[in-house]
Amino acid sequence: MGTRDFIRERFFPHMWCPGCGHGTILNCLIRAIEELGLDKSNIVVVSGIGCSARISGYVDFHSLHTLHGRALAFATGVKFSQPELTIITPMGDGDALAIGGNHFIHAARRNIDITAIVMNNRIYGMTGGQYSPMSCTGDYATTAPFGNIDNPFDAVKLATAAGASFVARTTTYHAKEGISILKKAIRHRGFSVVEFLSQCPTQYGRRNQLVNAPVMLEYLKTHTVPIGSARAAEDPEILERGIFVEELRAEYCDAYEQVIQKEGG
Amino acid sequence: MEENLVFVQGNEACVEGALYAGMSFFAGYPITPSTEIAELLARRLPGRGGRFIQMEDEISSLCAIIGGSLTGNKVMTATSGPGFSLMQEALGFAVMAEIPCVIVNVQRGGPSTGNPTHVGQGDVNQARWGTHGDHAIITLTASTHQDVLEMTVHAFNMAETYRTPVILLFDEVIGHMREKLVIPEAGVLPVVDRLRTSVKRGVDYHPYLPREDGRLPMSDFGGDHRYNVTGLYHDMWGFPSSNPKVVESLLNHLVDKIETNVHEITRYKELYLEDAEVILISFGSAARSTLHTVENRRRRGDRLGYLELQSIWPFPVDLIREKCRKARRIVVVEMNKGQVTGLVKAAVENPERVFLANRIDGELISPTNIKNILRIIQGRGV
Ligand SMILES: Cc1ncc(C[n+]2csc(CCOP(=O)(O)OP(=O)(O)O)c2C)c(N)n1
Ligand code: SF4
Repeated sequence: MGTRDFIRERFFPHMWCPGCGHGTILNCLIRAIEELGLDKSNIVVVSGIGCSARISGYVDFHSLHTLHGRALAFATGVKFSQPELTIITPMGDGDALAIGGNHFIHAARRNIDITAIVMNNRIYGMTGGQYSPMSCTGDYATTAPFGNIDNPFDAVKLATAAGASFVARTTTYHAKEGISILKKAIRHRGFSVVEFLSQCPTQYGRRNQLVNAPVMLEYLKTHTVPIGSARAAEDPEILERGIFVEELRAEYCDAYEQVIQKEGG
Repeated sequence: MEENLVFVQGNEACVEGALYAGMSFFAGYPITPSTEIAELLARRLPGRGGRFIQMEDEISSLCAIIGGSLTGNKVMTATSGPGFSLMQEALGFAVMAEIPCVIVNVQRGGPSTGNPTHVGQGDVNQARWGTHGDHAIITLTASTHQDVLEMTVHAFNMAETYRTPVILLFDEVIGHMREKLVIPEAGVLPVVDRLRTSVKRGVDYHPYLPREDGRLPMSDFGGDHRYNVTGLYHDMWGFPSSNPKVVESLLNHLVDKIETNVHEITRYKELYLEDAEVILISFGSAARSTLHTVENRRRRGDRLGYLELQSIWPFPVDLIREKCRKARRIVVVEMNKGQVTGLVKAAVENPERVFLANRIDGELISPTNIKNILRIIQGRGV
């Protein structure tokens, strides 16, 4: 099968701006699934609301486009009621970590076998550039006209602390790495979090001296390093990329299956 | 038959009804006075191959059962006031995406945390209009445990028939009171199963193109057809659309499929209406005291009639107008500030005949309360 077999051409052109990083993530996701050789009819993509969330409409899997912040709650119901399905939940950073933050930590705590992709562009793209819980201190946003005074989450540390058994970070500049990380995340049995740093030239770049998509991609290239690089320790602006956690732990649906067996169901 | 006779709480009768209807997936968050439903299902479901999950809140509970419905399960959640408020956004999603599911609200006193361990019936209008935007909704209620079981089965049947969320509006007295319940043998009550599409794999399936009879056959997630489900206005493939024609026709469909079938959905009970001078309309636990009052006063020669609503939404306007045509007075007995009273006034001719008999202090309205209010209404003094 070619990549086109995984998209719904009927629904194109997509709604993303030129240069938006979300298209790259769509591309990486499709290639990862293609390379894994998964059956399209066994995959459910569940998303919330945001530019990022529109990804679910474009892929030729079962797709559930839900409410802002609630993708993981719906996904939990799909997975838990039909554990054989492969569930992928692409979410915006606001979607996943502001309004959906509670579902995020609880899905991680349960270690339910879902692959959560946090498409982190550090801004609310869809609503026009308000700051998100991933906007950095000092960033400009329509609701932070004098510079953001909030502190961002570290999504990797948050997911790890909450109990996710697979935690990784990559960027839209590192698409090949992104594909390989997504493959591992999807194959991993348990809750997987991939923080995918993305660019929103329209709402973030313009306001933050990153004038266009190439400049933003260059920033992702120069401001991230593989896990363990010395540069990350020296400069807090530099983020590590790679797989931070990959452990096999009791998965939620498996554990419930044992309850069912014990009860004779 | 004897072994099917039990002495239980109303919440347990609801559980029996849900299991009778084939419910196999429940997600919930504890809240008085509905919690027993979750506790019982946590125990009962796995043994039948079903699944129970306690979610992190009521928002995620409703979201989770919507997900569970899409994989082909009959699904339910149960809550009370504050939790029901949290569910409103996802309720609208289920309306828009046409997802069969049952939401139980065992009412307590509101607003806010209100009167948690006491009875109230103040969520009638919230059930109708709690979620934003125009829509239609089905809401059922019950006054005895036998009816709780039957209405729960009816709720699942309506959810499957019309592909819609159905709200079961019980109350604290019904939920917690114990009385006898006969669990019917399989086959006694009709059970509507999920209508699945006969469109074969590889053939273009239109998940949101209604059949000639208005019904929309489903395809389970994980099954033959991959399609999109969204809370946005959508076309026949389930793909988002803001085309004015698509928007208008979908909203009309969502409302019409329920409003035009009010007769199929409506359930009620009546007694002594033929010669009634005064008709007492009630529902839920208030209807128990109402029935008692009617029986009692009848024996003393008062021509009282009894009309119990077991379905509140869609509101049975024609039924109420017809039944109340000849009565001199209509008294609505409810434990709120007159939510159903207003609906009855709007439904009948000469609405000045309609009066409210209520109690709003968290205690069950008693036959004595009703009798005294009736005396005032009839100008006889207390
Ligand atoms: C309950 C609710 N609150 C607010 C919104 C408005 N809203 C839609 S998308 C969005 C934020 C989108 O940002 P993000 O999740 O980071 O995704 P992006 O658009 O940047 O990809 C908001 C606030 C909504 N749809 N629902
Ligand atoms: S607003 Fe930003 S996130 Fe949304 S499509 Fe445009 S570039 Fe992408």
